[in-house]
Amino acid sequence: MKNKKEVGMTLIVKTITRLTVGLILLYGIYIVLHGHVSPGGGFAGGVIIALSFIHLMLAFGKEAALKKLSQAASSILESLGALMFLSIALLGFLGGYFFFNFFLHKGTPFALFSAGIIPLCNIAISLKVGAGLFAIFAVLILFKSR
Amino acid sequence: MELKLLLLFMVLAAIAAVQIKDLLSSVIAVGAVGLGLSLAFLILKAPDLAITQLVVEILCLIILIRATINKDLPLVRDGRWFFNTASTLLFIALFLIFAYFALPELPRFGQPIMRVAQEYIDKGLVKTGATNIVAAIILDFRSYDTLGEATILFTAVMGVLAVIRRVGRINEK
Repeated sequence: MKNKKEVGMTLIVKTITRLTVGLILLYGIYIVLHGHVSPGGGFAGGVIIALSFIHLMLAFGKEAALKKLSQAASSILESLGALMFLSIALLGFLGGYFFFNFFLHKGTPFALFSAGIIPLCNIAISLKVGAGLFAIFAVLILFKSR
Repeated sequence: MELKLLLLFMVLAAIAAVQIKDLLSSVIAVGAVGLGLSLAFLILKAPDLAITQLVVEILCLIILIRATINKDLPLVRDGRWFFNTASTLLFIALFLIFAYFALPELPRFGQPIMRVAQEYIDKGLVKTGATNIVAAIILDFRSYDTLGEATILFTAVMGVLAVIRRVGRINEK
C-alpha cells in the first residue's frame, strides 16, 4: 500500500486525472483537425496533446506514462512528423513548385475536408511538436533521477 | 487602455521575476508575464497566438517547476560590478540613441503598410479554401517559414536529447 502510494500523486489527483486526461487529448486532436477553419492549428494542438501525456506522467509517475508512449517511440514519431511535412512539401512538385497546394478542388469553406494540404500539414506539425516536447520532458525527468 | 495596463503588469511581473530570491516565486512571476502576453494577444484580436502562447507557457512552467527547479544554480554575485554596470549603462545609452533616430520612421501602431499582405487577405479564401486566414498564410503562402521553424524545433529537440544523454553517461561512471 505504502509502496503504491509513493508513485505519483494522491488518490484525488489520480481520479481527476483519469476523468480529464482523455478529454484533454480529444481537445488537442480537435484543435489540430479544425486548424484550418477555426483558431488553433498544428502547433497549439500538438502542445495540448503533449500536455495530456505530461499530465498522465505528473499524476501517475513516469512508468505509467512511458508505458503508453515511450521516449524512443516519441523520438520516432517526431522524426516521422518532420518527414511527413517535408514529403508534403516535395509532393508539391506534382503541380509545379515547392509547397504547391496540389488539391485542385479545394472543397467548400468551413467544411472539415477542405483547404487542400493545410489539414495534412497541421497533422504533421502536431505530430512533430507534440512528440518532440514530450520527448524533452521525458528526458529531463528520466535523467534527473540518476 | 487595457493593453497599456496589461503591459504595465507584464513589466512589473518581469521585474519581480528577476529580483525575487526564491526560485519558485520567480518561475511563477514568469508565468504571470506569459499570461499577460496571452491576454494582450486576445485584446489585439489574435486568438491563434493567444492559444499557442497559453499552452506553451503552461508547458514551460511545468518543465521549469518539475524538471529543473531542484538543480543547483551557480550564481556569481560579487566582483566585476563596475564593469557590469558600465556596460549596462553603455548599451542603454546606445539603445536610446538609435531609438531616437529609428522610432519616428516606424509606421503607426495598427496601421501597417500592406502591399503583400493585402493580396493574402483578398485572395486567401479563394486560393487555399481555408477559412482561418492564419492557417492559410503560415501553411500555404508562407510555408517556407513554417518549414524553417519546424527545422529549428527538430534541431532543438535533438540538441536537448544529445546534451542530456551525455551528462547522464558521465554521471554513470
